[in-house]
Amino acid sequence: MARIARALLNRLWGMVIVLALVVTVVFVIVRVTPGDPAAVMLGSDATPQDIAQLRTKMGLDAPLITQYGQFVLGILKGDLGQSIFLNQPVTTALAARAEPTFFLTLFSIFIAVAIALPVGILSAVKRGTLFDQIVVTLTMVAASVPSFWLGLLLIQAFAVGQGWFPASGYGGPDTSLIERLHHLVLPAMALGIVNSALITRFTRAAMLDVLGDDYVRTARAKGASEKRVILKHALKNAMIPIITVIGLSIAMLVAGAVVTETVFGLPGVGNLVVSAVLRRDYPVIQGALLVVAAIYVLINFVVDILYILVDPRVRL
Amino acid sequence: MMAASLSLPFTRGLRRLFGNRAILFGAIILAVVLLAALLAPWIAPYAPNKLSIANKLKPPSFAHVFGTDEFGRDIFSRAIFAGRISLLVSLGVVCISTVIGVLLGVTAGFFRRLDAPISRLLDAMMSFPDILLAIALVAALGPSLSTVILALGITYAPRLARIVRGSTLVLRELPYIEAAVAMGLPTWQILTRHILLNLASPILVQASFVFASAMLAEASLSFLGVGVSTDMPTWGTMLASGREYMNNAPWLMVFPGLAIVFSVLALQLLGDGLRDLVDPRLAKET
Repeated sequence: MARIARALLNRLWGMVIVLALVVTVVFVIVRVTPGDPAAVMLGSDATPQDIAQLRTKMGLDAPLITQYGQFVLGILKGDLGQSIFLNQPVTTALAARAEPTFFLTLFSIFIAVAIALPVGILSAVKRGTLFDQIVVTLTMVAASVPSFWLGLLLIQAFAVGQGWFPASGYGGPDTSLIERLHHLVLPAMALGIVNSALITRFTRAAMLDVLGDDYVRTARAKGASEKRVILKHALKNAMIPIITVIGLSIAMLVAGAVVTETVFGLPGVGNLVVSAVLRRDYPVIQGALLVVAAIYVLINFVVDILYILVDPRVRL
Repeated sequence: MMAASLSLPFTRGLRRLFGNRAILFGAIILAVVLLAALLAPWIAPYAPNKLSIANKLKPPSFAHVFGTDEFGRDIFSRAIFAGRISLLVSLGVVCISTVIGVLLGVTAGFFRRLDAPISRLLDAMMSFPDILLAIALVAALGPSLSTVILALGITYAPRLARIVRGSTLVLRELPYIEAAVAMGLPTWQILTRHILLNLASPILVQASFVFASAMLAEASLSFLGVGVSTDMPTWGTMLASGREYMNNAPWLMVFPGLAIVFSVLALQLLGDGLRDLVDPRLAKET
């Protein structure tokens, strides 16, 4: 038990270091802007006074090291700066748009896993059959499809063509949760189908790895049913790589959400980032980048903890 | 006789390479895309920007095999020319990410003291979703063709660095490297003659995957309007402008989309096939 606690502390320390580096990378990205970020943000019509005012507001007058110190201090206090164009704190802007992104990611990962796990397991069990070959080919094609393009095709087929789902939007503020989720079906399908490809391939590979192991043969020899051998003996031991790839997929889903939200006009974090880029609203870009990377680091930490729960042999 | 015996390993190598179905299919598709892009001025039936309002939004026909867009421009000709830019961007991204990735990966893998700081930096860089990091970098550097290439190159460099670091760690412990160190061979010679040469295969495999990812990412950035200028036809910008008319003219988004899918599929097949050749233990994954 003490060993596990020590290993977790080590992992926690590693996470803190990576988070510190993430903060530094985000700080550097905005500062590599050629010229004056304040002038770039305000455009060519801005007067020198306006630029000077914005520089002071953004703290760009101070030496770099002071700016960095203030940036880190702000983050520790939960202050990610002020959006110049929305005229509100970045944290407020992000929080207001977190719900569609959160549900979209959750819904997409649900669809991806619901497709990938059974198909991947079945494909491994039926290795070399026509079904397996179709699965391998389809996953290869699905991984090559841009999620935004699939989104456009889904809109054509199921929103414009059949009218089953809304083509865009997230409903008004008074809309029920069910209605909002109804708006998310097509975007979640677009993201989920594309991301299911990677999870299916990993599930298949992980299952193939364990299906040939001695203990699986022993279980069969002892007369265990095929269902029990696959689900209880093989799948349990194949779960580590599968959990890893699901964790990784969440980061990819967030990346995909940026584009998918734009296609479906969802008022989420991705949409916020894209409009912030078009308006050069650096504090928003900076804040969104930081929050998303921090979430990814945290997910990785959770995945590491899950390793221990799934496989007690893992000592990190 | 001499020439025949010399050509044997080459022929055998080619046979082994193209004996792999994934590589064969990938190479054929990619060759078609590459040839179309290279020979675009000769095979495109119309100039990519030739306007013909009288022919606007015409469905596929003998005159315009992929149809026309809202300005009457020939989609087939534009798709071929767009392939040039999409391929150029992806190639540039692969070059930049390979240079940065190899430098960081070899340094981390060979020099023990630098391993921890570089590895943590790679962890931090890989915490950013690729599109989001690329968008932020393009926003910071200003949108243009070269900044898109640079931004995506930086974004994908950690993927290559990780693979290179891992392979270097293994190579460093091999007896012939220890022997080279014991013989007093200068470090740069060990790195260039022994380490880098042996890294060629994993780099090639990973580079083909980065090529595919860069193509998807470039299309996404262009589609969002934060990539290359909309005046420049890329598959992404074609999809972005065709989106407005997709109800009446679905061919505007079908053909550029298919071009992306086939190109990325070809690169994935090549990458998978090469990986299986380099490491046959992984062959069962595909």
